[in-house]
Amino acid sequence: MRWVNAFIILLFVALMLYATVGLPDHADPQAPANVHVSPTYIEDSVADTHTPNIVTAVLADYRGYDTLGETVVIFTAGLACILILMKRKANDKATLSKHRHSDRM
Amino acid sequence: MIKQHYQSIVIQTVCSLLIPFIQLFALYVIIHGHYGPGGGFQGGVLLAVSIILQRLYLGSKISYRKFSPKMALAFGAIGMLIFGFAGVVPLAFGGAFLDYENLPIFWVHGAELRALGILIVEIGIGLAVFGTLVLIFDSLVGERW
Amino acid sequence: MIWQVDFWLLVILIITALVALSVHDLLAAVVALAAYSFFVALLFSQAGAIDVAFVEATLGAGISGVLFIVVLLLTRRRSED
Repeated sequence: MRWVNAFIILLFVALMLYATVGLPDHADPQAPANVHVSPTYIEDSVADTHTPNIVTAVLADYRGYDTLGETVVIFTAGLACILILMKRKANDKATLSKHRHSDRM
Repeated sequence: MIKQHYQSIVIQTVCSLLIPFIQLFALYVIIHGHYGPGGGFQGGVLLAVSIILQRLYLGSKISYRKFSPKMALAFGAIGMLIFGFAGVVPLAFGGAFLDYENLPIFWVHGAELRALGILIVEIGIGLAVFGTLVLIFDSLVGERW
Repeated sequence: MIWQVDFWLLVILIITALVALSVHDLLAAVVALAAYSFFVALLFSQAGAIDVAFVEATLGAGISGVLFIVVLLLTRRRSED
């Protein structure tokens, strides 16, 4: 079983290495990601938003909807942590008091 | 369960000296996000780190009196509300959703208003991330530390 | 963009990932994971993405390490497998 797993993982690594051949080079100016909307952001973001850091301008202004979704996801994760873990704590206290009660009896 | 606080004077002095500087750096990262690396997420994480360091060296009993988990929840909710209102209020003034040019701040115009909107949104993100991370730490550890 | 720096950072990255997977003391695994995310942050900043490197250094090496150590203190320190 172990060798089957290793074989599958090696096959997967070979597939991924084969897939990287088709990707554009690092920092290639003619890559599809760099010719579609990036030139507009680079040229216009300072005039549009008075923000020298393009990353901040894209994150909070041009793609503000994505950032809203991210923040909602993080906040929901915190709320889920409260709901699950605080409930467990209340259960712990209930079982503890029950044990103490039985000890006394 | 884990009631072993480090009551060493060195750790208490160093932590209580370090916390204001961490918070100052966090505010710098949030507000300076326009001009350098940084922004709401990073600044919020640094603020949460300062509170978590206080929780670690003071213990929950004293630290809850300084900054309680309910306050953390309130900060997170206020941050989300700031972000939500920055999205919804321009709708009422004739813009699109999250269109900061239509925020009702009438003495700023155009691109300056968009920069101001970015700042408001970053503050909202920072508060939301700060409250959420402190909440996760509190709900994991609770009053056992 | 210096390819030697990139290459050795990637080699150290893979070594720290293997250490974090294979070690039996889970506290050491958490430390190796923090080192891993710190090297990821170095790689990001070397590739020019300073903002992403900042997020990785604060979230990956800071907060997640603290949360993992807290969970280790609440459970057991040795791994069973």
